[in-house]
Amino acid sequence: MRINCPICGERDRREFYYVGAAQNVARPAPDAGADVWNDYLHNRENPAGRTRDLWQHESGCAAWLVVTRDTNTHEIFSVELASKSEEATR
Amino acid sequence: MRIKNKGLIDRTHRVSFRFDGQQISGFDGDTVASALLANDIRLMGRSFKYHRPRGPLTAGSEEPNALMTIGSGAAQDPNVRATVQEIYSGLEVRSQNAWPSLGFDALGVNNLLSPFFGAGFYYKMMMWPKPLWEKFYEPLIRRAAGLGGLSGQHNPDKYERAWAYCDLLVIGAGPAGLMAAMTAAKSGADVILCDEDSIMGGRLNAETHEVDGMPGTDWAARTVADLAEMENVRLMTRTTVTGAYDQGTFGALERVAHHAPRRDGQPLECFWRIVAKASVMATGALERPIAFRNNDRPGIMTASAVRSYLNRWGVVAGKNVAVFGNNDDAHRTALDLQAAGVNVVAMIDSRPDATAIGDYRLIPGGQVTDAMGGKGLTNITVKSASGSESLGVDCLGVSGGWNPSVHLACHMNGRPVWNDDIAGFVAKPDMVPGMIAAGSANGEFSTAACLQGGIDAANAALGRIGKSAAKVTPPKAEDGAYHITPLWTVPHKGRAWLDFQNDVTVKDIKGAAQENFRSVEHMKRFTTQGMATDQGKNSNVGALAILADATGRSIPQTGTTTFRPPYTPVPIAAMGAGAQGAGFAPQRFTTSHAASADDMNAPMIEAGLWYRPSYFPKPGETHWRQSCDREVGYVRNAVGVADVSTLGKIDIQGKDAGEFLDFAYTNMFSTLKKGKVRYGLMLREDGHVMDDGTTARLGESHYFTTTTTAAAGQVMKHLEFIRQALRPDLDVQLISTTEQWAQFAVAGPNSRALLNDLLDDPVDNENFPFMSCGEVSLGGVKSRLFRISFSGEHAYELAVPARYGDSLFRELVSRAEALGGGAYGMEALNVLRIEKGFITHAEIHGRTTADDIGMGKMVSAKKDCIGKTASQRPGLHGDHREQLVGLKPLDSTQELTAGGHLFDKGAEAIRVNDQGYVTSVCWSPTMNTSLGLGFLKNGRNRLGEVIRFVDHLRKSEFECEVCHPVFLDPEGGRARG
Repeated sequence: MRINCPICGERDRREFYYVGAAQNVARPAPDAGADVWNDYLHNRENPAGRTRDLWQHESGCAAWLVVTRDTNTHEIFSVELASKSEEATR
Repeated sequence: MRIKNKGLIDRTHRVSFRFDGQQISGFDGDTVASALLANDIRLMGRSFKYHRPRGPLTAGSEEPNALMTIGSGAAQDPNVRATVQEIYSGLEVRSQNAWPSLGFDALGVNNLLSPFFGAGFYYKMMMWPKPLWEKFYEPLIRRAAGLGGLSGQHNPDKYERAWAYCDLLVIGAGPAGLMAAMTAAKSGADVILCDEDSIMGGRLNAETHEVDGMPGTDWAARTVADLAEMENVRLMTRTTVTGAYDQGTFGALERVAHHAPRRDGQPLECFWRIVAKASVMATGALERPIAFRNNDRPGIMTASAVRSYLNRWGVVAGKNVAVFGNNDDAHRTALDLQAAGVNVVAMIDSRPDATAIGDYRLIPGGQVTDAMGGKGLTNITVKSASGSESLGVDCLGVSGGWNPSVHLACHMNGRPVWNDDIAGFVAKPDMVPGMIAAGSANGEFSTAACLQGGIDAANAALGRIGKSAAKVTPPKAEDGAYHITPLWTVPHKGRAWLDFQNDVTVKDIKGAAQENFRSVEHMKRFTTQGMATDQGKNSNVGALAILADATGRSIPQTGTTTFRPPYTPVPIAAMGAGAQGAGFAPQRFTTSHAASADDMNAPMIEAGLWYRPSYFPKPGETHWRQSCDREVGYVRNAVGVADVSTLGKIDIQGKDAGEFLDFAYTNMFSTLKKGKVRYGLMLREDGHVMDDGTTARLGESHYFTTTTTAAAGQVMKHLEFIRQALRPDLDVQLISTTEQWAQFAVAGPNSRALLNDLLDDPVDNENFPFMSCGEVSLGGVKSRLFRISFSGEHAYELAVPARYGDSLFRELVSRAEALGGGAYGMEALNVLRIEKGFITHAEIHGRTTADDIGMGKMVSAKKDCIGKTASQRPGLHGDHREQLVGLKPLDSTQELTAGGHLFDKGAEAIRVNDQGYVTSVCWSPTMNTSLGLGFLKNGRNRLGEVIRFVDHLRKSEFECEVCHPVFLDPEGGRARG
């Protein structure tokens, strides 16, 4: 698998560190309530299909990335900096 | 038998090698199989289950029968295909799965017992009595069934891994692959052309076809020479593309040194990862046999293999040869043999309307119904409309048609589609994105169609990667039609083989259907069809057809099994090249490594990837505890020196650095004064402790954070995540400086005296009190000094640029020794911290909260931080939780062990009564007792209580006093001294 880092260009997936769902970026406010925090901390979709993941270009530029990809075909649709992702501005 | 004036072998270079101890002579260019056949040796192996005598079925990498062991001793290489292995002088080859010899194999008795050994026999025959399975049946089967063995010794061979990149990867260098490569190369694309053979050209080297008015093999050689001249082309022979993976990544195995005597330093094999923008699958096609009774006799092979041995190597496996086929292509074998002067006994074609293309005896509508000859073919029985006859032949070529090699196209889960015209499966477009099939791999079987197919595929691929294609016209070549009438099996009694390598017969497949294993995947697992190292390349389609027939379905309805990489076997040693022994993980050495390990004989212990000294033994010490106790004494009574460089060091700068740290840590760092150090606690977002460490403020917008050794990487990632993803609004930058600074703890009552002898400007308790930091000068070298303590003593950590680390460590140790101290290792460091109740990842193991370790108040109420909200959830704090306590045995001769559990006095030591557990233990030479840290339910309210310690594993049990976790100097006077 190859990921097109917005800073470094296309690189092998061995350079990247996978963390989990992109929703980690959408941190709730401290007073958002137990349900919102429970969802943020614990509940994840596990789709067979399109998903948004967090990866870090660990052996490259250290950028945190949101990768949109398909878990069935492994096709990668987009790679963006986590700070510019829709989750960051939610 | 060798045929004069045929073949691409070099008859001026004779090569001799050994086969089962016997000297064999061949020529440069021979494979083991061709050389043995030239010496009239047809028997090359014994079959997996029935130990049937076997000879080569093919002339290529799909070979199921002729597997051999190359070399001996540690370097022996089992299951090498004799049809691929090139001979060289000194080569040593042994047959497999036969005892005492290939000619007389004692386990040939299995063949007589075959009625009991049908597919699934072990599910039925050996179930009872059950205890015998593990002790008797399984070892018996494992000994009797099998292939070659490993040496059991450390592999001495060298392997390599490599990467390559290109615009277009062309897989296979037959007519289609050569034309595709040439078209792309002329269009300016970067091309890699891989072929598993030692010479490129594919079937052109095994046929008598002309291309562009010259022999096909000459045209191929000329084209390869032209390609070799081009800078944008990389030619890789002896390289099998073994797998297709995501985003244009391919695995390929290059046999670098299998074809020549071993040379020092040369890798045996290289595993390539090739990344291509587009690819052409020109992998050709493989001929499949027809199943008939005893079709596995040595001397029976595919019709194309007979042609390959004749045209490529000038060899025929017998004096009287017959051919049995169901398609036009098989007739070429008869024609080529006859042209070479070999006696063609008959061409048996199962199609009643077949016509001869040469002057040989044709038996139209004929079928071979049986084959005779124990260790080699002697006779076949042929049935046709005119009756049954026995023909004396010692070699039979069989053709049930050709299967396009679609394997790679199916590696990403795509399923091929059935093509009735060729009675075979072909790939659909884009089963592997960017891959285009060409030539016979695409079901185009004439040479002209292959050449044109290569051009077309290259043009399509170039279009995809945005390159305009150069105009290339195909050379002239034969364009014969391919007619086939499927014939999978000849009606028979007895056994007719499908999967030669796993000994699967037609009867086994029918049996699977009878047992209701009707799904092709179930049939495969019941019979082991296609599960050998050849993955059923010759047999899967035939087995499928028989299953379809037995279940009353069509072949497309029945479907195929899953194709998985690798296409041919890949040694783990090649994929994991460089990872043997010490290569398994990187080793990180501190600057004091040589001084500690080599000069002071310290046993080193792994801490993550780092190596740290356990202790520094002195003459006369026979037990690590003696060294450890002595080193603890250095720090408590004089001065000790330890390398603490492995702790993660992160440099944090920017005008918002303080606010950033306030968010990452539970406590406040924005209020920390310049020149001061503060201990910090970091939580995960779920409220549990992630890490701890000290942070120094070196300047207004400059902080220096340390992490634990174990969590350095994790914390760096975490801080980058906060900076980039959660708080991009903050002006702050991070960089790891772990390897840039060598840092040493100088601890003990004499620490300041030692340092002041070294520092250009001495420090005292007023200008450098506890928890101070600052830049100092050390013989003119800019260094950093931190007055922090992990031992509870008056202590410092001194950091210098890493290049001074070795000399500073030696200097510090020799000065410490002069002051009655010396170096201390990890064991002493651990004792010192337990005596002081300082935590490590033994305590913050991922399930403990700040409140559990008694640091609940460190979660600042004044601000938000990572993990704060979750840490306030009910359940994550309070007296019902297990809290950090100290433990001391009532009887000081008892020793606590980590992992032991705590129970109330009088309560039974079972899970439901569990009160807590022990995380860290030591023998404290300072207090002359065993000490422990652990977690106890409501522990902070139970200080002074006597509790029962039980270690079920080590069978120890005694009573302990629950103490405050700080055993020594709870007021902290020593550190401030």
